[in-house]
Amino acid sequence: MTRTSNPARRSAGLTGAVWTVLAWLAGLLFFLPVLWMMLTGFKREVDAASNPPSWFFTPVLDGYRQVFDRDLTPYLLNSLMASLVSTLLVLVLATPAAYALSIRPVAKWRDVLFFFISTKMLPVVAALLPIYLLVQNLGMLDNVWTLIVLYTAMNLPIAVWMMRSFLLEVPTALIEAAAMDGANLLVTIRRILLPIIAPGLAATALICFIFSWNEFFLAVNLTATRAGTSPIFLVGFITSEGLFLARLCAAATIVSLPVVLAGWIAQKQLVRGLSMGAVK
Amino acid sequence: MTTTITTGADATPRRTVRPTRPDRKQRWARRAPLLPALLFAIVVTQLPFLFTLYLSTQSWNALRPGSREFIGLANYATVLSDDRLRAALVNTVVLTASSVLVSVLLGLGLALLLDRRFPGRGIVRTLLITPFLVMPMAAALLWKHAIYNPSYGLINGIFGGNTDWVSQYPMVSVVAALVWQWTPFMMLIILAGLQGQSLETLEAARVDGAGPWQTFTRVTLPYLRPYLELGALLGSIYLVQTFDAVFTITQGGPGRATTNLPYEIYLTTFRKFEYGEAAAAGVVVVIGTILVATFALRLISSLFRMEDPR
Repeated sequence: MTRTSNPARRSAGLTGAVWTVLAWLAGLLFFLPVLWMMLTGFKREVDAASNPPSWFFTPVLDGYRQVFDRDLTPYLLNSLMASLVSTLLVLVLATPAAYALSIRPVAKWRDVLFFFISTKMLPVVAALLPIYLLVQNLGMLDNVWTLIVLYTAMNLPIAVWMMRSFLLEVPTALIEAAAMDGANLLVTIRRILLPIIAPGLAATALICFIFSWNEFFLAVNLTATRAGTSPIFLVGFITSEGLFLARLCAAATIVSLPVVLAGWIAQKQLVRGLSMGAVK
Repeated sequence: MTTTITTGADATPRRTVRPTRPDRKQRWARRAPLLPALLFAIVVTQLPFLFTLYLSTQSWNALRPGSREFIGLANYATVLSDDRLRAALVNTVVLTASSVLVSVLLGLGLALLLDRRFPGRGIVRTLLITPFLVMPMAAALLWKHAIYNPSYGLINGIFGGNTDWVSQYPMVSVVAALVWQWTPFMMLIILAGLQGQSLETLEAARVDGAGPWQTFTRVTLPYLRPYLELGALLGSIYLVQTFDAVFTITQGGPGRATTNLPYEIYLTTFRKFEYGEAAAAGVVVVIGTILVATFALRLISSLFRMEDPR
């Protein structure tokens, strides 16, 4: 690095051009595997497995057709159900909790906050066996609701931390004014808090959705054919022999698409969410 | 549920200063919104660990029905004297440390590249964050088959040769795929830090005669430190639990070269069905995590604004 950051100044001349080219090259390099995945999904299997790799080919939809012929749809629906319902549950649980840790804090709010984050640090793998046995005893193996409950617990700490950081930004004066006007809590929440924290709720929902949609470890151990989510559909490709690369890339593209699109659209919220509210 | 409380926020006692002790009813009214989430978290995340503790004292192989009995700490003796767990621990440390370190460094470089105006900056940023958004399972398959494959993979396709990347460099293969996914994460956090840096400080450094490199190492880097730490910490929390990439790209192999703790415990549970041993290994991992997490939590409290709320 021979120059420091300076967002306000457009670096002039040759050096500026060099850095611009470098940035573009880095962006393209990182995107290359994704581009390759998208392209390969539209190839015929012979083209997909060609060496050297073929960049120019007649696009076909065979890969996509085969993926849907193999019943990808139920897996996508399971993913959608598990992600949406767990995200909703997380918001319902985390928002009041964050309120009780920020605006009207309980006595030991700091300890509670740390308790939540510590549950995120404990390795899931250590809880896998008891969860598996319990779920088995309850007859809940291969059931989407099992995933919903676990995903809710998985995302709850992140959501509590995020929502707290958003609630802390609500100006105190506003809440005081509402109280002085005699507004009760529900009115205060609906009229004052909700409009201010709506973007925060959206950002939190996005992060929870991304993590549940992409979750694999719990899904692969607790579900099979009925409740399998989209990453489970991909398991079949791990050891596949023969010509399957186009099909694999088509499937990988489809299952990644919802999160990629959501992340592209909500780039601004992504940073804040990923840092649990610490970075704006 | 707390509609009876309509006093202003200014009546809120601070954590340290308590002018008037709120009465019982009020304290419970304060706690009420917190309880559902707290109870849910305790039941779903803490109770299983108690059950793990109990299971770890049992000799129980699910393939031998009726073989279950109390054996005290024997499972711990097995697990701790077992080379496999030690190897898995080493692999976990190597895998986590190298992926976090490399992705933080790359993320820093990319953030510096993006922290200036240039044509198409938004597009480059969008391209760069995409790897993080791709489903990890899909990304792992993509790297295994479309990139590393010796006969039709992208690397050998572009550079020639017929290196079997996954079997010759298993750990590097896994780490490279993880770095590709996590660099954007680091970049986003560091970039947010860079953009909050005041221009006056930089200007002051320039006026004082500091060159670009000096400004970077003496001013920017110390300023970025909390962001680098935050990225590394959050990255470690996720990467230490890496499962998808190992499960998909190498299946822990060749031999045990890439078997990390999550994958090792997974194998003990669902391949060997040694439930007692798996539980004991789980407890050992939890204790290790608590030791590391104690430091991590201290770091977190300094990184996040932990001042008293109103």
